[in-house]
Amino acid sequence: MRVWELYNYWIFILLMMIGFYTIIAKPNLVKKVIGLSLFQTAIFMFFISLGKVEDGTVPVAVSFATAYSNPLPHALILTAIVVSVSTLAVALAIIVNIKDAYGTIEEEEIHKAQED
Amino acid sequence: MEDQVILRIVAKLMIPFILVFGFYVIAHGELGPGGGFQGGVVLASAFILYGIVFDAQRMRMILPRGVSDALASAGVILYALTGLYSLFAGYRYLDYSPLKPSDAAIAESWGMTLVEYGVGITVAAVMVTLFNELVEGTVKKG
Amino acid sequence: MEDHLPVLLVVVPLFSALIAPLVGRGDKPWYVAMAATWSVFLLSAVLCARIYGIIGASGDPSAFISYAMGNWALPWGIEYRVDAFNALLLLIIAAVSAVVTVYARLSIAHEIPADRVNFFYGLWLLFFAGLLGVTVSGDVFNVYVLLEVSSLAGYSLVAMGKYLDRRALWASINYLFLGSIGASFFLLGIGYLYSATGTLNMADLSERLRSLHDSRTVVTAFVFLLVGLGIKMALFPFHIWLPGAHGYAPPIVSALLSGVAIKVGAYVMVRLLFSVLGIEFGFETLPTRPILLAFSSLAILGGSYLAIRQSSLKRLLAYSSVAQIGYITLGFTLANEDGLTGSFIHIFNHALMKSGLFLIAGIVVYRLGTSELAALRGLGRRMPFTMAGFTAGGLGLIGTPLTAGFVSKWYLVAAAIERGQSFLAAVILLGSLLAVVYVWRVVELIYFEPRPESSTQVREGPWSLVVPAWVLIGASLYFGVDASLSSSMARQAARALLGPG
Repeated sequence: MRVWELYNYWIFILLMMIGFYTIIAKPNLVKKVIGLSLFQTAIFMFFISLGKVEDGTVPVAVSFATAYSNPLPHALILTAIVVSVSTLAVALAIIVNIKDAYGTIEEEEIHKAQED
Repeated sequence: MEDQVILRIVAKLMIPFILVFGFYVIAHGELGPGGGFQGGVVLASAFILYGIVFDAQRMRMILPRGVSDALASAGVILYALTGLYSLFAGYRYLDYSPLKPSDAAIAESWGMTLVEYGVGITVAAVMVTLFNELVEGTVKKG
Repeated sequence: MEDHLPVLLVVVPLFSALIAPLVGRGDKPWYVAMAATWSVFLLSAVLCARIYGIIGASGDPSAFISYAMGNWALPWGIEYRVDAFNALLLLIIAAVSAVVTVYARLSIAHEIPADRVNFFYGLWLLFFAGLLGVTVSGDVFNVYVLLEVSSLAGYSLVAMGKYLDRRALWASINYLFLGSIGASFFLLGIGYLYSATGTLNMADLSERLRSLHDSRTVVTAFVFLLVGLGIKMALFPFHIWLPGAHGYAPPIVSALLSGVAIKVGAYVMVRLLFSVLGIEFGFETLPTRPILLAFSSLAILGGSYLAIRQSSLKRLLAYSSVAQIGYITLGFTLANEDGLTGSFIHIFNHALMKSGLFLIAGIVVYRLGTSELAALRGLGRRMPFTMAGFTAGGLGLIGTPLTAGFVSKWYLVAAAIERGQSFLAAVILLGSLLAVVYVWRVVELIYFEPRPESSTQVREGPWSLVVPAWVLIGASLYFGVDASLSSSMARQAARALLGPG
């Protein structure tokens, strides 16, 4: 396969790394959480693109279909999306608590508050 | 936002349809795109829409905290009980055949429906709880 | 009913986790948690006995019990699979959790506001169920889901330490970010493996991977899986979240996290390396061994050194856990029978020692409100049982003879020498020397310094806290003197992984 035929993988890796960079580099906690969400979503899309069969239609039983895409990655990703949403919920709950305890959600200000 | 006439009317029109659509998504999970989680979120979005457009306190009165907590557990307990029923009937855990031993296809359909409803109820309750908790500090008193 | 043991181990705590928030205030959630953890302890003991019976009868060390969920045919269905290695770890998880839950009643009633206690026990049981599920599952995606169940419960449990010290919140969000990244890498690795082989069942994967040794996809998958698991088990250099999370969480949460949760991450790594990928691919074809040995040596030395410089008892114990994970990784990377046995014995011993030590730190927090070392001056006379427990546990961490730590270090050094790596034996011994420094630091403070006049008056801790801590520490002493049971179980586990022949 030529490199450009694998364009879906390139796109997902790019998205994944943008998300990863956001987690590491942005000081605001909510932006970090957005980066985490972006990172995980890119992984999900990668997974689903693995399941595509050439000339395959959606994996729902219909009369005119000749080939179906693989439904297993779809089922896996549904579960993984639920995990991702739960992680998002726990992260936001902790951030609300941090705001109550420290008064800020910027990483540097929290570190400064902890120095004292 | 209760003084916005358009929001109020459209919300009141849409909420029943959203609820029906949510149940549709849960019920048709085995035959098409959908399932417990997605349907549950749609169900919750109806309540959350009500809570956003009208007062979150009024939504609390419709769905009190104790009820949503109990529903959150009840849905997963329904799921677990379906599995345990198979266990006590002598089959493997989550084997749907004891629900109707004569017809495997119908038994699986029943089993999946029960399980999906369990998941849907839990997810809806949890999403509503999340909304309530996150909004708690900002609710206008009185 | 006996056939359903593998799945009951997960279903019982899961069901109890759903009931616990509903039973109301007071002690009732604690009764639910006690019922769940102790019944799982019993079930896991029965399972262990069954596995050893099967192994003894058939003479095959890697015999296993297989349970197909929903009666779907393997390898398409989800399989729960128990062999000698699994059974040992399940017993450890259940035993430690059961004892810690006894301790939890007073500790949680003291630390967490009364309207949150039932949710705490719900999270506690979910954490417990997730760890058991990871250990017993034979399907990689099921492992991912249950690992995330236990991790999410873990993040919330760590954040519950906010009632004592608000730094628990920052530690928790840090743990969340790193843990989620690790789990996502694990998921990515599963995706690559699935795209290369088309299956998610671990036994089936190992068969299909046999012919794929030179596939770049599989190597990438392997790397992602190892990095993801390295974050989950806090192997150096991915250990950054551990000192904060274990240092600021409520003491019983730290006890389970340090004693059991990181070991479960190590379990998954061992499963991947030995059962799924195979020793030949995992260690010979790829340069896994030098990398893991370097990481574990740095973990042992770095963790022990950083523990010396801590000013809080709980953070000291947390850094010590980083070092202990280094020992465990060193053991199984050596991939010989002594190395695996040493690694698994250390999992067993460290679970007992570290949980006991964190429970002791919890008693100090219960009486003093803090675990800062400066506040511990002269405590040896006021809290004799508690401090004696710390000394015994500390001796175990060092590895003095007559403690369990000695047994594990013995096996590890023997394995290192057998592989011709005397440098590693030196690292292990150097780690023990550094442990002497950080344990002695605390022992000196509590016994040889006078108690300042201005400090709070304290008495010995309440019995319901001291007894469970001493049960764990006492067990570690017992298994140091008479290691026949633990070493034979660990050896069975090692043989199960190395396979027949």
